Amino acid sequence: MNIHIRNGRLVDPKNSIDAQQDVYIVDRRIAAVGKAPPGFVAGQVIDASGLILMPGLMDVAARLREPGYEYKATLESEMTAAVAGGITSLACPPDTDPPLDEPGLVEMLKRRARSLNQARVFPVGALTYGLKGMELTEMNELTEAGCKAFSQADAPLTDTRVLLRAMQYAATFGYRVWLRPQDSFLAKNGVAHDGEVATRLGLPAIPVIAETIALATTLQLARETGVILHICRVSSSAAVDMIRSAKREGLKVTCDVSINHVHLTEMDIGYFDANCHLVPPLRSLRDKAGLRAGLLDGTIDAICSNHSPVDDDAKQLPFAEAEAGATGLELLLPLVLKWAEQERVPLLDALAHVTIKPAQLLGQKMGHLSVGAHADICLFDPQTSWKIEPAALKSQGKNTPFNGYEIQGRVRYTLLDGQIVFQQ
Amino acid sequence: MNNPQLNRHGELQHLLTTEGLPAGILRDILDKAATFVDTGDGLEIKNVPLLNGRSVFNVFFENSTRTRTTFEIAAKRLSADVVNLNIGSSSTSKGETLLDTVDNLCAMHADMFVVRHAQSGAAHFIARHVAPEIHVINAGDGRHAHPTQALLDMFTIRHYKKEFHNLRVAIVGDVLHSRVARSQIHALTTLGVPEVRVIAPKTLLPTLVENLGVQVYHDMSLGLRDVDVVLMLRLQNERMQGAALPSAQEYFKYYGLTEEKLACAKPDAIVMHPGPMNRGIEIESSVADGSHSVILPQVTFGIAVRMAVMSMLAGVKV
Repeated sequence: MNIHIRNGRLVDPKNSIDAQQDVYIVDRRIAAVGKAPPGFVAGQVIDASGLILMPGLMDVAARLREPGYEYKATLESEMTAAVAGGITSLACPPDTDPPLDEPGLVEMLKRRARSLNQARVFPVGALTYGLKGMELTEMNELTEAGCKAFSQADAPLTDTRVLLRAMQYAATFGYRVWLRPQDSFLAKNGVAHDGEVATRLGLPAIPVIAETIALATTLQLARETGVILHICRVSSSAAVDMIRSAKREGLKVTCDVSINHVHLTEMDIGYFDANCHLVPPLRSLRDKAGLRAGLLDGTIDAICSNHSPVDDDAKQLPFAEAEAGATGLELLLPLVLKWAEQERVPLLDALAHVTIKPAQLLGQKMGHLSVGAHADICLFDPQTSWKIEPAALKSQGKNTPFNGYEIQGRVRYTLLDGQIVFQQ
Repeated sequence: MNNPQLNRHGELQHLLTTEGLPAGILRDILDKAATFVDTGDGLEIKNVPLLNGRSVFNVFFENSTRTRTTFEIAAKRLSADVVNLNIGSSSTSKGETLLDTVDNLCAMHADMFVVRHAQSGAAHFIARHVAPEIHVINAGDGRHAHPTQALLDMFTIRHYKKEFHNLRVAIVGDVLHSRVARSQIHALTTLGVPEVRVIAPKTLLPTLVENLGVQVYHDMSLGLRDVDVVLMLRLQNERMQGAALPSAQEYFKYYGLTEEKLACAKPDAIVMHPGPMNRGIEIESSVADGSHSVILPQVTFGIAVRMAVMSMLAGVKV
């Protein structure tokens, strides 16, 4: 069906467009921007007056919990949450049960996701079998099955020789390796940033050096192997500095940050709020400032939700015993808008972190609304403010450290491949 | 963020930590405890039937004979009914969640829970989930807090030194893993002690401990110089395995309290220890049993302080 979206403010970071422009969709693709293509007859007109029209968001870290953890969340619940948050593409980490280390599992996940016809799912395959950090997975097979990158998720890879081999092998075929740097010995049993709050509350701590030491090793191996490296969930200012220098030096490295870390610090733990038990841990105010600086100067490429739905019982425990993780798909866009407003970042630059930049680091020619592109679109009302209430979230995971926050920006329509998949 | 320990009138609802409590409340507890101590000859604790008909549940998820016993004695001196539950060996091992355990105990109509748990924040968690008429006393949660221990230490200090504003106090040992040390530091700084020192090797001190308002010493002789009070901490044996220390012998040599090191302190300094002591590891027997030691009176005062906390929480006016 041909769709005419009219009177919206088009914000398309890839094409540097921020202007009142109509968008015309023919055969599920963008047929024209600004002026109707010759002979265009609209089957449906969406009035986007007062709305912002942007490429559908791409989230580089969203756990869907399938297979294996359906009691935490299902593909149905989380895909519904994704499109309610304007997200049309997401990469899911391999830490399912069993982990995404077999082509069959990846194919099944892709098939299930496709049949739901909500958001596009880009599986990230396991780098090692069972995420155990010992044997390499069949990366060729997994790539054919649909994996776009390879990762250990949050599982440790302590054997540096295995890491070297994994990178060499991936580099041979030009595969992407995504790693969250953490020295597992230094982080052992830790649940909070090694700083003032953990000291006060007596919580076992994870020092910043657990991140920077592992990052130094990872960067050095990337130099050695020439692998396309992506650093996941950077949490400290010191790590941002290291990635900044690595980029200046010309290393093929990208990185992302979770929206939680853009807004929150260790102080938010307050009196042991288990909703703030996150991986990596929320760090100091200075680290938060460093992360924000990294976003401003382009060191950090993508902002992700790090959506990790957890069932309620697993959070109803003392801080350290509570399972780490928070829901995030439906909060990503408004929280990015909040950051942009706080830092006075132009919308065009802010939204690049959730559209074109994640698309690039996934190696996908998406995340923009050029003529000919898939019509994956998010339309949101930037003026509507709403209060985050867990019960109202569509995700099966209801835990969020932003519980009760007043935020601005409400998704009105989400289009996937030219079809309306969410509307409110 | 509301202080979870106070009700909306600013009165003590739960005792979870000494941090963030007004000095006035700490002084009230000490004053009330003083009324339970008979200082005639020797130190006797009075029987005061203030909690007649009330029930106190000792809910211990982690074993502790000593602390549980002193709470039990304190409750009995107040004529409360006492129920001892060692959950560590029952419910949780059968798969019951902490929340289920708490709900079940609430349904048994307790007035007060005395809680010990291996996880930091467990007492806060339980306080958040109990029925509003139930009061929670933290008897030790992980590395976080042990407020009644710190308060009995404050009572002991005040008993021997009268005032707080002119003291120099040193805390010696494994501050990193110690809930006692954290509670002592907050209580001492709140009550106006101008100089609190911690003495330990770097492996036993938490990051940014100086932000709690203490001065850090690694040399024990320097750290003890001219102090009025020495608070020793217990060294857990398992610290040797985590590579925090090479050996108990080496620890004793540098951080064990000997008569020679104690000579650096003021001549009338008092020595305290929360117990149980490791003689020959953190403290020399001649010091533990010597004239500076007030370790046994600490235990006696502990009963009075716990009586004071319980009666204040129950809202009983003395």
